[in-house]
Amino acid sequence: MVRSGRYTRLNVYLLILSVLQLNLHTVEGVWPLPQAFTSSTERYPLNPQAFYFGYGRQSAAQQGCSVLDSAFRRYFSLIFPDYTDGRLHFSQYKPFTVEVSIDHDDCEGYPNEDSSERYNLSVSAGQASLKAETVWGALRGLETFSQLVYQNDFAYYRTLLMLNFPRFQFRGILLDTSRHYLPVQAILKTLDAMAYSKFNVFHWHIVDDPSFPYQSSSFPDLSSKGAFHPMTHIYTQSDVRRVISHARLWGIRVLPEFDSPGHTTSWGKGQPGLLTPCYNGGTPSGTFGPVNPALPSTYQFMARLFKEVSSVFPDSYIHLGGDEVDFSCWKSNPDVRAFMQKMGFGSDFTKLEAFYMENIVNITSALNKTSIVWQDVFDYHERIPKDTVLHIWKGIPAKYQEELSRITKAGMRVLLAAPWYINHISYGQDWRNYYTVQPQNFSGTEEQKKLVIGGEVCMWGEYVDATNLSPRLWPRASAAAERLWSDEKQTSNVDKAFPRLQDFRCKLLRRGIQAEPLYVGHCKHEYQGV
Amino acid sequence: MSTTLKFTALLLALSLCRGLRHDYIDNYIDNYIDEVTEEEAELVAQPSKYGSLWPLPQKVQLSEVSFKLTSSSFRIVDAKDSTAGPSCSLLQDAYRRYYEYMFGIAKRQQLNKGRRTGPSELTELQVWITSPDSECDSYPSLTSDESCESLPHSYHLHRVAGIQLVYEDEYGAKSINSTTISDFPRFAHRGILLDSSRHFLPIKVILANLETMAMNKINVFHWHIVDDQSFPYLSRTFPQLSQQGAYHPYTHVYTPADVKMVIEFARLRGIRVIPEFDTPGHTQSWGKGQPDLLTPCYSGSKPSGTFGPVNPILNTTYDFMSQFFKEISAVFPDAYVHLGGDEVDFTCWKSNPDIQKFMDQQGFGQDYSKLESFYIQKLLDIVTTTEKGYTIWQEVFDNGVKLKPDTLIHVWKGNQQQYQNEMANVTSSGYRTLLSTPWYLNRISYGQDWQGHYKADPQDFKGTEAQKKLVIGGEACLWGEYVDATNLTPRLWPRASAVAERLWSAKDVTDINDAFSRLSVHRCRMVDRGIPAEPLFSSYCPHEYKGI
Repeated sequence: MVRSGRYTRLNVYLLILSVLQLNLHTVEGVWPLPQAFTSSTERYPLNPQAFYFGYGRQSAAQQGCSVLDSAFRRYFSLIFPDYTDGRLHFSQYKPFTVEVSIDHDDCEGYPNEDSSERYNLSVSAGQASLKAETVWGALRGLETFSQLVYQNDFAYYRTLLMLNFPRFQFRGILLDTSRHYLPVQAILKTLDAMAYSKFNVFHWHIVDDPSFPYQSSSFPDLSSKGAFHPMTHIYTQSDVRRVISHARLWGIRVLPEFDSPGHTTSWGKGQPGLLTPCYNGGTPSGTFGPVNPALPSTYQFMARLFKEVSSVFPDSYIHLGGDEVDFSCWKSNPDVRAFMQKMGFGSDFTKLEAFYMENIVNITSALNKTSIVWQDVFDYHERIPKDTVLHIWKGIPAKYQEELSRITKAGMRVLLAAPWYINHISYGQDWRNYYTVQPQNFSGTEEQKKLVIGGEVCMWGEYVDATNLSPRLWPRASAAAERLWSDEKQTSNVDKAFPRLQDFRCKLLRRGIQAEPLYVGHCKHEYQGV
Repeated sequence: MSTTLKFTALLLALSLCRGLRHDYIDNYIDNYIDEVTEEEAELVAQPSKYGSLWPLPQKVQLSEVSFKLTSSSFRIVDAKDSTAGPSCSLLQDAYRRYYEYMFGIAKRQQLNKGRRTGPSELTELQVWITSPDSECDSYPSLTSDESCESLPHSYHLHRVAGIQLVYEDEYGAKSINSTTISDFPRFAHRGILLDSSRHFLPIKVILANLETMAMNKINVFHWHIVDDQSFPYLSRTFPQLSQQGAYHPYTHVYTPADVKMVIEFARLRGIRVIPEFDTPGHTQSWGKGQPDLLTPCYSGSKPSGTFGPVNPILNTTYDFMSQFFKEISAVFPDAYVHLGGDEVDFTCWKSNPDIQKFMDQQGFGQDYSKLESFYIQKLLDIVTTTEKGYTIWQEVFDNGVKLKPDTLIHVWKGNQQQYQNEMANVTSSGYRTLLSTPWYLNRISYGQDWQGHYKADPQDFKGTEAQKKLVIGGEACLWGEYVDATNLTPRLWPRASAVAERLWSAKDVTDINDAFSRLSVHRCRMVDRGIPAEPLFSSYCPHEYKGI
């Protein structure tokens, strides 16, 4: 019931702000649009030589807070991109201080599903005050502040009062490192850009049929035999740690997905006996199907693997996949059929899949992890734990509302991805489709609507690698970011969003993110790579 | 005994290299087959017997005999009887470029130090220019001979050609199989259009794409340099055109030095630069720096404040065009200039009372295409005096404008049946033509659309052999509404490579599975050379793109 407390405080702020005149047009530089703010029209210059970040006296975090100390360094460079040697001379030094105060010292922790990202920002002449419950909220506030600074030759700011918080707690991006290997550098760069759009979950679809780049310390053969290349196309334990710690400093959770029992072809190369041998008549055909659910060794393997994964990835959630299981190989295999008989499943292979998924969910529950599974799993189960999150990916383009309605009716929490399969490209301004999604517009009670914990932009990797990832992702994903962060009523007009998003994409370019254009036009600083 | 041993050693090396290579391609195919369920066309790719050659040469004879290549001993040299010598800087630059492609830069060369030359090693590529004039210091033209032949120990070539026979095993050692190639292009005009008006393209990205065009044997850069949205070309005669019409007068313009650099960079790679200055439509940006050039549109009886196409009824218009194209013909050395002429909207002309009066005087009635013809006709006369040939978009032909017999008609409209009819019409009228309709690469969709680009053939239309010969080639167009430096290169490559093979290789090179296999490796070669060419499908390259 922390929630209701939060909302009470929030309403008080909203009340204060609604008394003040709400002027949307003066803060058009911020993407996604903040919840409530008011600002002045006069502007003041900002001087990099007299600009300071500091901690408020009452703040629970003080100097030495790793998250904020590194954020201060980062945002200084983002606010003053032209500042290099400190030898610029201004005639007058009017100091400006951004004072950050937080309620809880969570400087060395990880962001999680309950982390508050709410903050208040007030900017007056000579100083700004940023107040947040957590360092993660402070990060969001610093991002907003950096976007508020005008960059016309010199830096300027306006005075303002703002209350901001996300509409949804889960705002994710999925990257697929199995269909193509993404160098760590490409992942880190994506994390930077995610923070600029206030995304807070990196869903790492790390393995799949084509390759197994995760180097497991318990089962090193999985990557040495299942990666595209055992040396150059893998993520070592230190690579993974680097991604997680980089994400933490940006307030981003890393949610790993180890999808089974389907989508596991690459697993079989390094773990003989794991996959189901398919039969052609009375003999094995030499090909393999999904994970073999009939063998106890399978569950022993999974228990060890997930024990490792649970300790490597600190997030309290884990994605177990469970999508697109093809039954034909199971059907062909006499041992699997015998197991079906023994278990009394008859010829209903969905029961076999349910049996498998229940076992896997139980393994991860025992490791104190909450599971996220693709929606396919819902269709076959009543017995998965109630706190499991169903990930909606089917029903493109318009039928996902039915899925949302059906699954929330059963009281399960859902995460929406179906309208944001951003790997599907088409000619023109498809970002408009991502922008106009209404995640809670389905038939259901208010209680059901609250079960939508957020959404996720999926960049599947069939046609994507480091050569085209960034321009394909940005700024199209930013359209979804505003939908997941901002108030839906204030951001219902896609034409009003267009010039703001154009400005934001130029801002991304200025920050070195290879974000593609929305339409004809130019940015002051064009991308200088190839 | 020693002979036997040597033979064994050679054979071993050979099977090792090939084994590993195939393993890589097999992996790739496994993955492909796993994923193929989603695909419209099911490719069953085998490693091509032609390895990674792209576009496929006209005649290739491969043998199983392989030679090692080492950076310490391998050289590219002029053949004794070549008409080009050390003074031919074009070739010397090309030798260095291709040497670096094969062996990388200094870092990798260290590995090979101190290794002695063995008998199964290829140490020299001799380049023999056979025609009396090597054309080293001139510009490539529509009639340039691009044929070449290669034999195991010598390499005769007329123009800059790719070195794609070299392959690398997992230890970084390079090998080449004994090969005889006799090669020449099917079409003389193999172009790519880039649009620097909808978005400004920094010089760097243009140069990188010229480099990539050379890797794909594309020989024409069609520079759609200005359009409605901006005028980045800095004209010496009319500097106010870019001063007023560019997105920014300093940061978003091409200076004379920039243009020169592009032309020379292209020349060194055997690429022609054909500029397009499209009129009378698509000229909004021209009007900002050249008052009275555009037609004032009327709303009722008053000027509305907006402007339409170039004003065709004023003498000042033609004075301007004369001076302007005089400059253009001097700046761009190619024998052709593209004059546009597409999509002229008549509504503004119709609204303007002066134009209506002129129409009456000329006896055009209400037929505004006659006015368009009038303009184009005068423009063509102007350009003719600069001794340039010209290319125009198909509408000019469709509208019945009188054209010089050597005019090139650029076909871009319609569906397959429509463009094939157009090709038939244009060629039956005796004009030479250039096809772009099936290759609008700015139009993207999900999946392997390169297959569609690959299957289109510019000579597939109803017509005589003589008509077919009037097809001089084609162009892949990357219009700029949604493209700038951030996404240009991965959007263009390797999709444009599909067009490159269609325009270079023999007509019967149509095996899509073989193409998939070769193109996959070719795209990895581009990635290895620093070009962010996007993937065809789930797979990997030995050296992934690192330029993030």
